[in-house]
Amino acid sequence: METTMKQYLLSVHGTYDEQLPPDEMQQMFDDVGEVNQEMADKGVWVFGGGLTHPSDATVVRVEKGNPVLTDGPFVETKEQLGGFWVIKADDLDQALDWARKATVACRAPVEVRPFQEEAAD
Amino acid sequence: MTDPDGVARVYRQEYGRCVATLVRVLGDIDLAEEAVQEAFAVAIERWPAAGLPPNPGAWIVTTARNKAIDRLRREAAREDKHAQAALLHQPDEPREVGPVRDDQLRLIFTCCHPSLAPAAQVALTLRLLGGLETPEIARAFLVPEATMAQRIVRAKRKIKDAGIPYRIPAEAQLPDRLPPVLAVLYLVFNEGYAASTGAELVRADLCAEAVRLARELVGLMPDEPEVAGLLALLLLTESRRPARTAPDGTIVLLPDQDRTLWNRELVTEGQAIVRACLRRNRPGPYQIQAAIAAVHSDAPTAADTDWAQILALYDQLTAVAPTAVVALNRAVAVAELHGPAAGLTEVDRLELPAYHLFHSTRADLLARLGRRDEAAAEYERALELASNEAELAFLAGRLSSVR
Repeated sequence: METTMKQYLLSVHGTYDEQLPPDEMQQMFDDVGEVNQEMADKGVWVFGGGLTHPSDATVVRVEKGNPVLTDGPFVETKEQLGGFWVIKADDLDQALDWARKATVACRAPVEVRPFQEEAAD
Repeated sequence: MTDPDGVARVYRQEYGRCVATLVRVLGDIDLAEEAVQEAFAVAIERWPAAGLPPNPGAWIVTTARNKAIDRLRREAAREDKHAQAALLHQPDEPREVGPVRDDQLRLIFTCCHPSLAPAAQVALTLRLLGGLETPEIARAFLVPEATMAQRIVRAKRKIKDAGIPYRIPAEAQLPDRLPPVLAVLYLVFNEGYAASTGAELVRADLCAEAVRLARELVGLMPDEPEVAGLLALLLLTESRRPARTAPDGTIVLLPDQDRTLWNRELVTEGQAIVRACLRRNRPGPYQIQAAIAAVHSDAPTAADTDWAQILALYDQLTAVAPTAVVALNRAVAVAELHGPAAGLTEVDRLELPAYHLFHSTRADLLARLGRRDEAAAEYERALELASNEAELAFLAGRLSSVR
């Protein structure tokens, strides 16, 4: 089909409360760094980064017409969003190839979701 | 259904091929389906009087493409950006084009992409490659029509939105990509083979469709032994259909079947494929299951069955596909070879509490050991778990025989 570049979100879903031992943690950072570099070299990388502990989150929502702040995260689950990449790819298979590298590097499941197409102009 | 003009036959043979080629030409599944349906509508009007064209598939593809281009031109004139973009890919002068075999393979891999749920893969494959209507697919899988329609719409949307490519996977990707394709065809076949009431005719069609698609796939990927193994497995299983139900509709199990009713043509074809697979010596789960079916087909009576060979094949299958269901079937072979007590020891190692065949197998072995009360309890448990009417009737019969 058409070969326009699409953007995909690669989100990392990890458990914050089962920390890796320090040397494995360092190895993980190194591995993720390598994937980042490869994404940059291939012109795929748009944006990405790791997030701090979910308890650092604040949720903002409108209640009775006014924005109200509460302690986060938005949903209390064992797995939380730990970080993400936004990449450019020709199609889903290409995005999935990057997700394979990403999940190995960051030692956590990675969800791949396409961004909505921007309106043609 | 009578088909004096051959349109229905052409539809069955060519629909999937034509849609596959139109998806490539037009870059859009919905557009391709609509165009092919429009072309067949023209065919139904013209062919009865004019006769079949020399190459009906090429006629359909050419007509469908011209219809689609006409429509895109009309829409482009109304400043539809999507239509204008699609037209950019079209050469100006429509020449005759035919279905391209590789397109069908592309479409199979798109329909069976691992990012789609298995139920959606099955529905899309039957709809786009088999040309089955949504209500037919819904009836065959016993789900409401609206549910099936939504499943298909969502799957098509995902293909478009997520950018699932229309491409034959590279050799290196086949280990990931081929198993879901084979699983879909096997699932379609089993859904049709799991017998039963009401929708029986539709369901026999599913078997035929799975065999047809497996044949196509063998033609498209002749170097993949598991594809051949799947076809052999389907043919050998299908060969037993005439012996599988009694005149009153109840199930007849393999040991009790009248083997003279087996379809010898299918047996011969299936066994020849199994032999070719053995020579190739690149075994996989489908080839081994086909080999097991072939050993059964070799035995003129149940008593002649070469259980030692079957057990050896189950050992091989356990090595490549160590599932509890395989272990259960292996236990049946152990019971035949070494007696029901040995079989029961194997069965009791398994944890399949929610699987009705686990309980009915256990019940059968207990009955053969004369432990009738325990056997009755197991048949009761199997009855609670089974859902297919023919199976329920069979289990009820067994239960009364041990009481």
